Amino acid sequence: MSGTGLFLCFFLIIHLLGNLQLFLPPEQAREQFNWYSHLLSGNIIIKTVSYVLYISIIGHTIYALIITRKNAAANGTKYAYDKRGTASVWYSRNMGLLGTIIFIFLIIHFKDFWYQYKFTDLPLDAKGHKDLYTIVTKAYQQLWYVLVYEVALLALGFHLLHGFFSAARTLGVFHPKYVRWVKTLGWVYTLVIILGFMAMPIFVYLNGLS
Amino acid sequence: MKLDAKIPAGELAEKWSNYKKHAKLVNPANRKKLDIIVIGTGLAGASCAASLAEQGYHIKSFCFQDTARRAHSVAAQGGVNAAKNYKNDGDSVYRMFYDTIKGGDFRSREANVYRLAECSAALIDQAVAQGVPFAREYGGYLNNRSFGGVQVSRTFYARGQTGQQLLLGAYQALMRQESLGKVKTYTRHEMLELVVIDGKAKGIIARDLLTGQIERHAANAVVLATGGYGKVYYLSTLAMGCNSSAIWRAHKKGAFMSGVSWIQFHPTSLPQSGEHQSKLTLMSESLRNDGRIWVPKQPEDKRILKDIPEEERDYYLERRYPAFGNLSPRDIASRAAKERIDAGCGVGPMRNAVCLDFSKAIKEQGKDKIKEKYSNLFTMYEKITGINAYEQPMLISPAAHFTMGGLWVDYQLMSTIPGLFALGEANFADHGANRLGANSLLQACVDGYFIAPYTIPNYLADELKAEKITTEHVAFIDAENAVRTQLALFLKINGHLSPDYYHKTLGKLLYDKCGLSRSRESLETAIIEIKQLRESFYRDLKITGDDKVNSELEKAGRVADYLELGELMCYDALTREESCGAHFREEYQTADGEALRNDQDFCFVSAWEWKGNNLEHELHKEPLVFENVELTVRSYK
Amino acid sequence: MKLSLKIWRQESFDAKGSMISYQLDKVSSDMSFLEMLDLLNEELVQKGERVIEFDHDCREGICGQCGIMINGRAHGPLSNTTTCQLHMRSFKDGDTIYIEPFRAEAFPIIRDLKIDRKAFDHIIQAGGYISTSTGQPPEANSILISHDNTEAAFDAAACIGCGACVATCKNSSAALFTSAKITHLALLPQGKLEAAQRVINMVDQMDTEGFGHCSNTEACEVECPQDIAVLHIARMNYEYNKALVFKP
Repeated sequence: MSGTGLFLCFFLIIHLLGNLQLFLPPEQAREQFNWYSHLLSGNIIIKTVSYVLYISIIGHTIYALIITRKNAAANGTKYAYDKRGTASVWYSRNMGLLGTIIFIFLIIHFKDFWYQYKFTDLPLDAKGHKDLYTIVTKAYQQLWYVLVYEVALLALGFHLLHGFFSAARTLGVFHPKYVRWVKTLGWVYTLVIILGFMAMPIFVYLNGLS
Repeated sequence: MKLDAKIPAGELAEKWSNYKKHAKLVNPANRKKLDIIVIGTGLAGASCAASLAEQGYHIKSFCFQDTARRAHSVAAQGGVNAAKNYKNDGDSVYRMFYDTIKGGDFRSREANVYRLAECSAALIDQAVAQGVPFAREYGGYLNNRSFGGVQVSRTFYARGQTGQQLLLGAYQALMRQESLGKVKTYTRHEMLELVVIDGKAKGIIARDLLTGQIERHAANAVVLATGGYGKVYYLSTLAMGCNSSAIWRAHKKGAFMSGVSWIQFHPTSLPQSGEHQSKLTLMSESLRNDGRIWVPKQPEDKRILKDIPEEERDYYLERRYPAFGNLSPRDIASRAAKERIDAGCGVGPMRNAVCLDFSKAIKEQGKDKIKEKYSNLFTMYEKITGINAYEQPMLISPAAHFTMGGLWVDYQLMSTIPGLFALGEANFADHGANRLGANSLLQACVDGYFIAPYTIPNYLADELKAEKITTEHVAFIDAENAVRTQLALFLKINGHLSPDYYHKTLGKLLYDKCGLSRSRESLETAIIEIKQLRESFYRDLKITGDDKVNSELEKAGRVADYLELGELMCYDALTREESCGAHFREEYQTADGEALRNDQDFCFVSAWEWKGNNLEHELHKEPLVFENVELTVRSYK
Repeated sequence: MKLSLKIWRQESFDAKGSMISYQLDKVSSDMSFLEMLDLLNEELVQKGERVIEFDHDCREGICGQCGIMINGRAHGPLSNTTTCQLHMRSFKDGDTIYIEPFRAEAFPIIRDLKIDRKAFDHIIQAGGYISTSTGQPPEANSILISHDNTEAAFDAAACIGCGACVATCKNSSAALFTSAKITHLALLPQGKLEAAQRVINMVDQMDTEGFGHCSNTEACEVECPQDIAVLHIARMNYEYNKALVFKP
């Protein structure tokens, strides 16, 4: 879980950096964003990375399912009265639930953007690149769609908050000093990633209104 | 029967080496043919079982707890003594021997005590090798602290959990042997009968506490390492399950009991807070290194303790025993506390406690230093009482703690039944009439690691030729039937009083009449009352439930044994017409209230022989011969 | 004070259990939780009913034999406290208290609140020791160990093996128990030689016994009576990963 999880964390950084182009003035954003999307789909290194990404997502999910089943078996009979939750934070206990929300979100996300980009004929922009920018901005004109994104990103945020430091533990970061660093880093990372992503749909939606 | 302690010839310092030089050995190829049963998995039991398994014997290890690691050695807090002289403060094997024999008020064997001191250094090496995290100085060397009754620092410690750490070392050694197939552990098993064939111990009857099954186990030797019987007082520092049943049932099969009434009351336990109480929690004696003990000078002083000014406090240990002060030996400190409490100066809601005050130590050394030394004890104190002892004095009071008495054993730790060995607190051997702090862990370990692994093979060497006994032998059938009959009886009585009722009643009776101090009158009354209580037990006992998992049934058997043992305690105290160590007879004291020993008539070890139900025990005497020390009045003034 | 108790009763390992209600008056706030159960059992004996079986021994928080779920929490409402050290002053008159055994597939219920924790012994047998025999050791001061390492090793070695970590873990993981022993021995020079094999064997045994995976919720540290730190789990992972990478 930790290996795939951390790779996905790394991917989110790249993804965020690329998507920051959405914040540029509309015309420039369209050109840059489409050029960037084109770049990603063409490059052999990026292609390899993308396969690792698919494998990571699938691996992370399947392994989570296996562990969840094993843990359920390890639990035996249920407590008749259970207040164990008071001893830990809710999101650390609900990684599976958060992960499921994220997974459903990913299906929507892939279907609407990745699938469209890869397997359908999109109109081209001025530079001859597929115009993903239009697809994206159009999607974010719908309020319900923005809300779905915000909720899913919140889930991702809590998933990351626990996942990032948990991965470090699983890999064996035990020294109290580095544990503190990792914890701080985890918070900073999560806030930057999640606030960054959350701002995008809202930004595009508000831009569309004005 | 003549008691022979089988003490080896030679100079005191040479005796143990002489023994080892001449002890018989068993060929490595033959060892796996020999079975040894070890009852108890505390420090003595686990260390003995592991050490014998390492030699190649086949071991069956029994305990009533759910795992071997829970034996009550785990609760020892303060430390373990060893004559390493790491502090360069004049310690030596001889000095440790002398401190121990004097601490025991000259009622133990010179040779045994010397061996204990002699083997002490090796124990520290052994424990360190096992990974016991003893306290260290900043240079990485082992640290020591001082303890009651001595003037050197020879106590090694692992914070306030030394017993736990030593026990885990022994437990891990035992688990290692189990993984190698040399030891088979029987947890949640209680020994209910010893099987003696042709005068030799050949096996046991045990009850599986998980299923209620009665099982027969045969062996070439049986080791009892079942700890002490201080729980006879019900309120004690012992675990709820600690019991005398294994040694008592062996006693009834012919093993003699010695020093039965020598029971140490620990001075720094938490006081009783109400009738419901099941246990008195111990606070480590090491606290006396920095805590000062006092009571108000005025009886019935109801002021808040902190508000009582310095000049109105009676630091009675410092007053009465200026040389040792707060570090006076346990029997003296406990009795002094009882004296003040009886005089009406006790503090606390039940006026049954004295103060242990850290304010001076905190002022001098700082709170952090005190915290580093005792934080777990202060935390425990707060958990139990709800009081922060950094701010207010602790309340402490004496509680039944350690039994110096036990099965009589010779120098080889073998009882009067050949093939039956008793180790650790279960035997009477090394502490005389009073045990020094941090010597119990030592004795248990030394018995198990270093002595039994020599003396048991010495016995087994002759057993190779003996006929192999199976559990089909008639002695096993009889013993099993006796166990079944007793269990059925308990379930059948159907009276109206629980085993706990009898245990509590007996405990109170013994505490009042055969406790910190005794008199002829109190002991004679106690004997009559115990007899009556025992009759009532077999008439009015009520056990509910079945013969499978049934903690009440387990308790009934233990209480039945206590009801017999308690009576013997009183006889032992009654016939010893002197005061020595923990045994304080009110008739025998000096003008200023100190114990008055009588070496003329009582310089012997009592050894009691069971003669049958409702028959009086027969007293045998093993004279104590002192060739190396002079019997002095034990003064800590 | 007066209490209503709801206690898990189960005849045997394979029987079906259920929560049974009891009323108990005359409970004093000075009583320990187990003394309250003693009181209830005394009443049951008087009524001719089978007593409630529960595990306990030293009653001073060190043997690790007691351990029950009280109001849905391992060892009850206080953190870092054993059941035997919990006192009734933590409850109020008229409270309802739910009492259940520690539950995990690896800890089968024997009867009522008694459970079988042999799985922990098996984990220690897999390697939780230093392979030294009686008579072998060198002079104690020839092995120098820094003050801080000793203290850290002690912190881990203080584990009492009660199983609260497993009971409170949503995955029934024994990671805290296992890691405490691994850390204790890995920190000491005497234990280093076998460290790689030890960690692999113990972790494998932990899985064999049927304990779940650690997902770092850290609930175990909160409930652990000895305050064993979850960082030991990270250290176990470190040792485990290192052992896997460098295993010959």
